Amino acid sequence: MFGLTALELARIQFGFTVSFHIIFPAITIGLASYLVVLEGLWLWKKNEVYRDLYHFWTKIFAVNFAMGVVSGLVMAYQFGTNWSYFSSFAGSVTGPLLAYEVLTAFFLEAGFLGVMLFGWNKVGPGLHLFATIMVAVGTLISATWILASNSWMQTPQGFEIIDGRVVPVDWLKVIFNPSFPYRLAHMTIAAYLATALFVGASGAWHLLRGRDTPAVRTMFSMALWMVLLVAPVQIAVGDAHGLNTLEHQPAKIAAMEGHWRNEPGAKGVPLILFGWPDMAAEETRYKIEIPQLGSLILTHSLDGQYPGLSAYPPEDRPNATIVFWSFRVMVGLGFLMLLLGVWGAWLRWRGRLYASPLFLRFATVMGPAGLVAILAGWFTTEIGRQPWVVYGVMRTADAVSNHSAVALSATLGLFIVMYCAVFGTGISYLLKLVAKGPQQGEGEGHGHTPVPGANDYGQSARPARPLSAAPDDIDPALG
Amino acid sequence: MGIDLPLLWAVIIGFGLMMYVIMDGFDLGIGLLFPFVPGRDDRDVMVNTVAPVWDGNETWLVLGGAALLAAFPLAYAVILSALYLPLVLMLAGLIWRGVAFEFRFKADEAHKPFWDKAFAWGSYIATFFQGVSLGAFINGFPVENGAYAGGLLDWLTPFSLFTGFGLLVAYALLGATWLVMKTEGALQRRMRALGRPITAVLLATIAAVSLWTPLAHADVSARWFSMPNLAFFAPVPALVLMASAALVRSLGRDDSHAAPFVLALALLFLGYTGLAISLWPNIIPPAVSIWQAAAPPQSMGFALVGALFIIPFILAYTAWSYYVFRGKVKAGEGYH
Ligand code: HDD
Ligand code: HEM
Ligand code: HEM
Repeated sequence: MFGLTALELARIQFGFTVSFHIIFPAITIGLASYLVVLEGLWLWKKNEVYRDLYHFWTKIFAVNFAMGVVSGLVMAYQFGTNWSYFSSFAGSVTGPLLAYEVLTAFFLEAGFLGVMLFGWNKVGPGLHLFATIMVAVGTLISATWILASNSWMQTPQGFEIIDGRVVPVDWLKVIFNPSFPYRLAHMTIAAYLATALFVGASGAWHLLRGRDTPAVRTMFSMALWMVLLVAPVQIAVGDAHGLNTLEHQPAKIAAMEGHWRNEPGAKGVPLILFGWPDMAAEETRYKIEIPQLGSLILTHSLDGQYPGLSAYPPEDRPNATIVFWSFRVMVGLGFLMLLLGVWGAWLRWRGRLYASPLFLRFATVMGPAGLVAILAGWFTTEIGRQPWVVYGVMRTADAVSNHSAVALSATLGLFIVMYCAVFGTGISYLLKLVAKGPQQGEGEGHGHTPVPGANDYGQSARPARPLSAAPDDIDPALG
Repeated sequence: MGIDLPLLWAVIIGFGLMMYVIMDGFDLGIGLLFPFVPGRDDRDVMVNTVAPVWDGNETWLVLGGAALLAAFPLAYAVILSALYLPLVLMLAGLIWRGVAFEFRFKADEAHKPFWDKAFAWGSYIATFFQGVSLGAFINGFPVENGAYAGGLLDWLTPFSLFTGFGLLVAYALLGATWLVMKTEGALQRRMRALGRPITAVLLATIAAVSLWTPLAHADVSARWFSMPNLAFFAPVPALVLMASAALVRSLGRDDSHAAPFVLALALLFLGYTGLAISLWPNIIPPAVSIWQAAAPPQSMGFALVGALFIIPFILAYTAWSYYVFRGKVKAGEGYH
């Protein structure tokens, strides 16, 4: 297809399916923890706003979760279908990590999800909160294992190669490999940020439309607190992550910075703000740079130097054009998030948080920014790792299965059409639910007291489903 | 260490896959039965019987894949790349039905029928290609230099198409008997009525596969018809017949609720053991054994600690979740 080789098609297929996948887990991780907070606040303060918000976001969580599960299912099988040489070579490390993820996280999420979504009337409030907490814990455990696996591929250690395959010798070293703590922190915070921006944007959108209810205000305010607290932390963690990458994957950093060579006699490395890294000419064109700032950021001194991309043989260089730009998208959005948080705090201090149309519009536009930054970050990390699949150990070209370009084109076409149709529709339902907004009394009839006359299935006869339960929407008190 | 790690892992994976077949079997079966149940309310009830548990059911499939990668990376690499197309199609089916679960409740009236169809079609496609993969697995894969050495379409044989059909029948039976247990009234009567012909077809399918497998595979027939295997194996056909007879009888009795489901499970379990005997001890039929494909002991041991510790907990809270949602599901009962 389009003259692409089987290897390129396999990479596109993996990148496409995993990029779709990560969008859902990011929101799952963030919303699960947010729901714990909401349910906890409801049980503690008995303020109905929290209960209504809990039920509102639970519906969105359910749709999002389903999409996360089915897109993840594809990922778990793709290692074998598309990267069979990688699997037989390194499966002895990635396999047990994935197995632990299933055992400790996926089953935990799945086991308690049913009770969390459908069990409001079936178990006591304490037990229900416990189920919500277990689901949230499950999402975090899941991120931990999969990121251990990915980090090991970035900065492998704790293994030997015997008879042409990886044999783990020290599991603690495998799991706690050098990039793992940074990646775990950076990704978890990214998920929280992305969710906060999404929740905040939906609040802002309703406020702009004049739906100024206590529930909308509460969620908007909570989201902005989160952004204010977490955006600066993310920037600090990102900085530390970069220093760590310089130590272990210097070629990646050179590509991210568009830095080709150290000029003889020059003091320090400039920071290239914008430009166009040209792989063939080995230079960054049209660059706008700030002297010595590159040194300051990466070596924390004014005249420190680090190797440029030309210091590496051409077959070991990642594509600087892509990585340079994806990195700038992420960092740029990170600073916009900081701006959002600080501006929000300032308005809050002036008592105008819910009343500035310009700010509300900014918050709405920033809704998808977290997800875009996450994708940009992963593109930086993964494309910057090339041409290796296990850094310095196995090349991507040696990892791919022997499928023909025809077979890969056919399945890639199927994935693209199907993902766009299925997940496109899903996302549009999700946005419709968001647009409906939290209703007052959303969680009513979800009381924890058993309903008289309820059968032994224990559920109230009152349907709680939003769309099939039309009579529910007609509130006698208002009508 | 005196522990036979590959053997233990083969048992764990076998157990995981059996859990998958049993649990996702009935929930795929519900999708398979959709075309036979036109009423909107009945369909809602059918879906509501599995809504709280379907995610857990599917997780056993993920465990199967992950455990295979952990314990037998070579088998994971060979089998999955050999079954590339049927597995992609199976995943496509699972995606459609997985999201249709959620979407059919969120869609507006005009789109509901579409998601009902997606749910049914997704279930058919996923089940059929699972069965096809199973048939191709029994047929075996050529391996050279530690990699799959066959073609893209080797999986496509009359036998594998037949096992695809066979699995459709098996899951439909699980779905029908599950619904007998979880529903009442007209829907339950309809399922009782459907259960009988499905059982008959399943019996015929099992008989056909049991004849076809040894006839087509000399090594399998050698395993079956040698002592002491024959002695172990002889009761299986008799047990299958007894279970089917009891199943048909219990479907006809109005006071039976759980019995048909339990008997259907027994039937499937028997078929599964027959299969295990046919393939033992190969993990990549026809020639690579579990010991040849095993991961290094460091990997198997590390993952085993987790598996043995955690699986009992998983079983416990899964059981608890089924307990919370026990009893019959009625029309109009809440969801979200
Ligand atoms: C940082 C987090 C993260 C990352 C990088 C990934 N995932 Fe994921 N995954 C999750 C976080 C997550 C989650 C939050 O745990 C999900 C999302 C929704 C859900 O149900 O669980 C999930 C679901 C999920 C499922 C379905 C689990 C179930 O049945 O409940 C599978 C099989 C995978 N993932 C596998 C993968 C693979 C093979 C990945 C690597 C390529 C991957 N995920 C990247
Ligand atoms: C979820 C967030 C992730 C995203 C968005 C992502 C994105 C990508 C992209 C864009 C590529 C293609 C790179 C290229 O070929 O130029 C890729 C490759 C790959 N990634 Fe990731 N990735 C993610 C997580 C992971 C994780 C957690 C793992 C492993 C546990 C992983 C393993 C791989 C493998 C095996 C390849 C294929 C070989 C290759 O092309 O390098 N990825 N990923
Ligand atoms: C603004 C300051 C930020 C800096 C300096 C920064 C730094 C980095 C660096 C250096 C990497 C590459 C790590 C590697 O070598 O592989 C990275 C990856 C990544 N970034 Fe950022 N980042 C910032 C903001 C953000 C924001 C706001 C988000 C999302 C909300 C985000 C999400 C990610 C993700 C998901 C990855 C890939 C996973 C990983 O390697 O951790 N980053 N970041």
